Amino acid sequence: MTDEFPHLGKGHVPVLRLGDVLLVTLQGDLHDSTAEQLQQDIGETIARTRATGVVIDISGVEVVDSFLGRVLAEIAAQARLLAARTVVAGMRPAVAITLVELGLTLPGLRTALSTEEAMQLLARPGPDPRPGGTRPGSA
Amino acid sequence: MRTAEGVEACLPIRSDMDLMWVRQHVRQAAARLGFGLVDRTKLVTAASELARNTLVHGGGGQMESARVTRGHLQGLRLAFSDRGPGIPDVDRTLSDGYTTGDGLGLGLGGARRLVHEFAIDSRPGAGTTVTVVSWALRPPHPREEM
Amino acid sequence: MPEHEAEGQHGSPTWEVRDFLRRRREQIAQRWADESLFRAVFTVSRDEAVEAGRAVVEALAEVAGTGRPENPAAAGFTTVREQLGRMGAARARAGLTPAQISVEVDALRPPAVDLLVADFPDDAPAGFVRECTNALTALMGTLRLVVMETALNEGEAMLDRQRLQMLEVATPVIRLWDGIVAVPLIGTLDSARSQVVMETLLEAVVTEQARFAILDITGVPTVDSLVAQHLMKTVQAARLMGAECIVSGIRPAIAQTIVHLGLDLGTVVTRAGLADALGYALGRLGAGIVNAAPRGAEPR
Repeated sequence: MTDEFPHLGKGHVPVLRLGDVLLVTLQGDLHDSTAEQLQQDIGETIARTRATGVVIDISGVEVVDSFLGRVLAEIAAQARLLAARTVVAGMRPAVAITLVELGLTLPGLRTALSTEEAMQLLARPGPDPRPGGTRPGSA
Repeated sequence: MRTAEGVEACLPIRSDMDLMWVRQHVRQAAARLGFGLVDRTKLVTAASELARNTLVHGGGGQMESARVTRGHLQGLRLAFSDRGPGIPDVDRTLSDGYTTGDGLGLGLGGARRLVHEFAIDSRPGAGTTVTVVSWALRPPHPREEM
Repeated sequence: MPEHEAEGQHGSPTWEVRDFLRRRREQIAQRWADESLFRAVFTVSRDEAVEAGRAVVEALAEVAGTGRPENPAAAGFTTVREQLGRMGAARARAGLTPAQISVEVDALRPPAVDLLVADFPDDAPAGFVRECTNALTALMGTLRLVVMETALNEGEAMLDRQRLQMLEVATPVIRLWDGIVAVPLIGTLDSARSQVVMETLLEAVVTEQARFAILDITGVPTVDSLVAQHLMKTVQAARLMGAECIVSGIRPAIAQTIVHLGLDLGTVVTRAGLADALGYALGRLGAGIVNAAPRGAEPR
């Protein structure tokens, strides 16, 4: 388990491991390359630790533009290929309204109100790693 | 009524580090002009999209910001300009899903929905300037922080 | 023309006024602090009134320095515009009519002009003294304009604020259960109100940690495509936050409109009435009529 505390810093967002779940806390404004680095880190950590879930807490993020939105969607897609489910937790109302207006509804992304809810969601046996329930039980 | 202090600026857009400065400046300027939280978030996001557009498609450029007024309304005008290749077909670029670079193709069309006024001036070979204006229609909420 | 001879000695009248204002800033501010406009606004301390007066005098001096005392858009006013607006607005709130406020601002002129005249030596050319008084009078007239204009704008802004407050009052969020909130909408939905509804509901989702948000439109007479779009956006935004939004109370006439308009509410969960929506949400939370396993009852 990593005990580094997540900070806004250039370059690196720590990936915490809590049992089978990886927890990532994003804070403040993210540098593009930091976000891309994170995507790579998460992929590698899932492969190394056999984690079955990823929780990305974005309650401290004030702005999600299409770039960061795409990175979040890609992290989820990539995790899915590695048999892990991803939940994005704590999106602020203003951010959600803006994303919808932007046309970025991220249909492939699982969401939760808080990190705790995200953890509970992942603790439940997931019928399929695909959100939206379009194909229940296909896993 | 507030003064234009901290609102007028000209910022370079040369690297993705500059995108962070652009977002920070727009966030603070909009807060100063009394934008509500949602309108401010929309404007900062639009600025991020447009600045990235300037960087990726225009090969870099700059953003100028200024305070504008109309009657008792105050607003923020942001102009993103580059000397890049220009946009051959503006209408097509504005339609969702159109993209030439990295992204989901929501750049310009998406940014347009986040602001109140939107104009593009582009000449092939001479560069592109995208100017947007948003108005602080809602008085600032008392509970709001910077 | 004696005035022309005076030019060489005294400089232009507006500059003379500028120098006078700077020189006598303290005395002018002291006298203004006793005038009703300042007295009525700065009720707590006289020092505050004097301080405000100094700022206004300084602004006037700057405008005089531009040589155009009749320009209400002069940059010199920028620094005091907000303060002047507050003063005008405070007087308006106290029940004064615009004409009465105008008279109050005008009352600041005589003390300043008296000081100006007293400052001239007895042998000063009468023509030049008159020109300077005229310039100061023009400047004070401009100040009056600025106060009136700013106060009017403030008034409009206040109306906007009141309009918004009314919208917020008309949008109550009700906590129906642990993790379930509802907004019963009554009356016509326009774009501005839809925006307020969306923001209010989503804020409540966060504060109540509500996994379910019900938008009940039983009391909404008509739904046009714009309103339907807002409903869709609310549902999508709630989903991004980790909540599910249910639209209840779609009356047959509205259902018909939605079909006619060709609007796709396909991905939106709808229920006939508020009770049905609550039942659906409770079921999804794992809470039946007997709340055996209160899912979603986490500490808020």
